[in-house]
Amino acid sequence: MIQYAGIILMLIGIYGLLTDKNVIKIIVSLNVFELGLNVFIISVGFVKDGVAPILTSVNNHSGLIFVDPLPQALVLTAIVIGLGTTALGLAFARRIYMKYGTLDLEEIGGNN
Amino acid sequence: MKKIVAIALLVFIGALLFTGIYAIDGFPKYGEAKVADRVSEGYIMKNVTEANTDVVYGVSTNLETGSANYVTSIVVNYRSFDTLGEVTVLFVSSLGISLLLGGFSGKLRNRCKANFILRMGSKVVFPLIIMTGVYIFIHGHLSPGGGFPGGSMIASAILLLYLSDEKFRVNIENFKKTESTAGSLYVIIGLLGLVISNYFLSNFINTGTVGALLSAGIIPIIYVLVGLKVGSELTGVITDFLKEEVE
Repeated sequence: MIQYAGIILMLIGIYGLLTDKNVIKIIVSLNVFELGLNVFIISVGFVKDGVAPILTSVNNHSGLIFVDPLPQALVLTAIVIGLGTTALGLAFARRIYMKYGTLDLEEIGGNN
Repeated sequence: MKKIVAIALLVFIGALLFTGIYAIDGFPKYGEAKVADRVSEGYIMKNVTEANTDVVYGVSTNLETGSANYVTSIVVNYRSFDTLGEVTVLFVSSLGISLLLGGFSGKLRNRCKANFILRMGSKVVFPLIIMTGVYIFIHGHLSPGGGFPGGSMIASAILLLYLSDEKFRVNIENFKKTESTAGSLYVIIGLLGLVISNYFLSNFINTGTVGALLSAGIIPIIYVLVGLKVGSELTGVITDFLKEEVE
């Protein structure tokens, strides 16, 4: 079941976010979480024996059974935003490494 | 200790999700979604307001959106405002990256020298990647793909040049100009729709025949603009990441 796989990926991502102390690993966990969510959203629109939602010369009229295109459009948006946040997070990680010489949040510490 | 608490919490959330997900009224089992009962039915029939008539590839003309790819018709026509926001998010994140890393003047040195195959191969492959990227965003309304994958492909071609030649630098000013022009034109097209047919980003050009290259009204225009914008934006991001502090 793809939907359960999506949920399991999400849980793995949350576990990484809760326990890891390395900035890069936190960003990777966020990506895994996002991936699980995307798989789940796509699976909601799946129809058995449905064709991809594109009209071609073979699948040439709208009476056919298509897979739901709306979740796919939403996930397209989510992927691009995920790219933006990941790139920004990695830029922050590089800045942190330049300043402290480490990526571990415990070692960086802070004034509690 | 912390890990055990985290695992216990996740097992709890997971059990709730696994048992509760199909108990929600109307949530379909995997593979049994009924598209005919959803909003998407209007998108597939290319008519969200009136009675349904069958859309036939290469025959039907003057529909709400003439795009053969339904996902594109949603992303760039029905939910185009959403895409404008998405492009803005990407722009803001690239702005943040250039604030964080753009101030350095040095260039990150490669650990090892690029070998002969990479140097020569990249010259052969570079134009092919650019051409594929442009093809993908021009045909966004007919085939899978569109502005975002096409733009990323163009940026990946630039990354290949960076990897193969240590002295290579793009003229980032021109990329910035392309990006801002494309972004402004997207908004201007939206405002034109507001003036001509009373809705922001409405499809005011004749949508033509489904499946023709010159069809779907403003969709190909917007997707080309998005492709150029994403390509130049990601090139800027790559360039910023390859900068280094010089002592």
